[in-house]
Amino acid sequence: MAVLAAPGAVPIRRLSSQSRVEAFTGQMFALPALLLIVGLLLVPILVVAVLGFSDYQLGAIEWSWIGLGNYERMLDDPVFWRSIGNTFLYVAVVVPGSVLSALVVAILVNDRKHFKSVYQIIYFLPVTTTLIAMSVVWHFVLNPQLGPIAGLLRALGLPPVDLFGDLDLVLIALSLIGIWQLVGFNMVLFLAGLTAIPRDLYDAAAIDGADHPWDRFARVTWPMLGPTTVFVVVTTTITAFRVFDTVAVITRGGPIGRSEVMLYAIYLEGFQYFEIGYASALTIVFLVVVVALAVLQAFFLDRKVHY
Amino acid sequence: MSALATRPSPGLFARLGLMRPDLAIRAALAHLVLIVGALFVLLPFVWMLLTSIRKPEAVFTAGFNPIPDEFHGVENYSHALSQSPLLQFMGNGVIVCAAILALQLIFALPAAYALAKLNFRARPLVFALVLLGLTVPQQVTALPIYMGLAGIGMLDTYFALMLPFSLSVFAIFLFRQFFKSFPDEIIQAARLDGFTEFEILIRIMVPSARPAIAAFAVFSITSHWNDLYWPLVVTTSPEHATPPLGMMIFRDQETGSNYGALMAGATIITAPLVIAFLIAQRQFVRGITMTGVK
Repeated sequence: MAVLAAPGAVPIRRLSSQSRVEAFTGQMFALPALLLIVGLLLVPILVVAVLGFSDYQLGAIEWSWIGLGNYERMLDDPVFWRSIGNTFLYVAVVVPGSVLSALVVAILVNDRKHFKSVYQIIYFLPVTTTLIAMSVVWHFVLNPQLGPIAGLLRALGLPPVDLFGDLDLVLIALSLIGIWQLVGFNMVLFLAGLTAIPRDLYDAAAIDGADHPWDRFARVTWPMLGPTTVFVVVTTTITAFRVFDTVAVITRGGPIGRSEVMLYAIYLEGFQYFEIGYASALTIVFLVVVVALAVLQAFFLDRKVHY
Repeated sequence: MSALATRPSPGLFARLGLMRPDLAIRAALAHLVLIVGALFVLLPFVWMLLTSIRKPEAVFTAGFNPIPDEFHGVENYSHALSQSPLLQFMGNGVIVCAAILALQLIFALPAAYALAKLNFRARPLVFALVLLGLTVPQQVTALPIYMGLAGIGMLDTYFALMLPFSLSVFAIFLFRQFFKSFPDEIIQAARLDGFTEFEILIRIMVPSARPAIAAFAVFSITSHWNDLYWPLVVTTSPEHATPPLGMMIFRDQETGSNYGALMAGATIITAPLVIAFLIAQRQFVRGITMTGVK
């Protein structure tokens, strides 16, 4: 470009000095970031991987390498299996719940002439709020004695339900909060996808007799939203896998371990019991799951998913 | 928000006329579904606000009588503010979020410019590391960074709260994408005019990236204002607690005795971001959903 822009021929020497300047400043500009990537990312990951083969405990004077000992311990650790099972169950409820409801909300909101932005603001509100504070509020809202839900049930003559104390319902209750927080986020992604659908397609479908909303959805909207949907599913899965806040604030893994999740287990082992070696091994398992999901995400990102 | 809104659908429905009764019923049903959903979304907010102005005694019968008879807000809010250093937690949140954002921009902008526009040998390697970094959640590096901070006696400091987030590979990636589409001709012209690369960065690239910087700022501030994991790990005293941690401390103090004050506290802690969102909806939606691009 420079060659074309400059009047006459640009001397070779000048170009090469430019490229030397570029090489130098490029390195200088990238160096601080590179050092931090190494110091805050690469080295810590390596350290975690290495510590995963040790029985190190914080402050311990004597410790040793135990090879795959931590990973063998995991296989026999009921807490580990519970946390994996609970995390997957949570993901299995939150992902379809928040994706489907967001899809419905987005389609309904998109077709509205009135109050469209009011709905958007309301549904997006939970995304911006501090989940910790709202977890405290949810805990109170669902309180079996004092909450409004309990009041409603009582008014209907039904017995109160202690969602967070119930062995079978506790994960469902936490998932409900997860869905509550994610719907607005996914709605925005779907709305962007809907906006990108050319209007002519609906007109063409109408000429073909697809006039009913369901036909419009099945023949145009759903196929055209395909890439967005896949993308939303993967993103939501990654977010749901990292559930921690609600568990830490509301249930602390209880009752009797029914809401233990992966990150909470890592947090307890690492920062409460200071079992650094075992926590490191757990972290590696967590990392493998998350990276696998991220690879999946990158794969779909290549497929022209944009908004 | 309005940018996301599509033009009102002029298609078939409008041409056939909206007054057709089946369409009117359809619209009414849609509103009904959306309103029911909105009630679910708003339920905790409404209950939080109502309880925050309720008398403590009335909390136990609130299920029957949702709207408070008496305004008890002054007592609850002043109790919340005096019982626990909520304002200090929020001040900590401001300090930590501002410092994190400043550091992220200082480190990411030059690196992003280098990756987008400057040829140097290590460029592919650095970019590969950035992409790799995008996949790693903060919880993975927390243990070693915690041990390092413990080793140098820096736990429970502002420095500890900021350190792991001082570099955002996401910021580098985002700004690099943004700079990539900046016309090379302008940069070349600036060089011919005698601009150094540093001047190009500061006087041309950074101002051009203002929308991306604004979106990233929203993303960074909301995620670090709301983050619990790392503050929970490194902070042991209330002195450096950020808002979410402060909320937990406050909750544990109150242990069920004063829900009015507890809800007032929750309102105070969530208010800044909610108000900011209501003022700048479009920027917020853009900034937060940007993570989807990650």
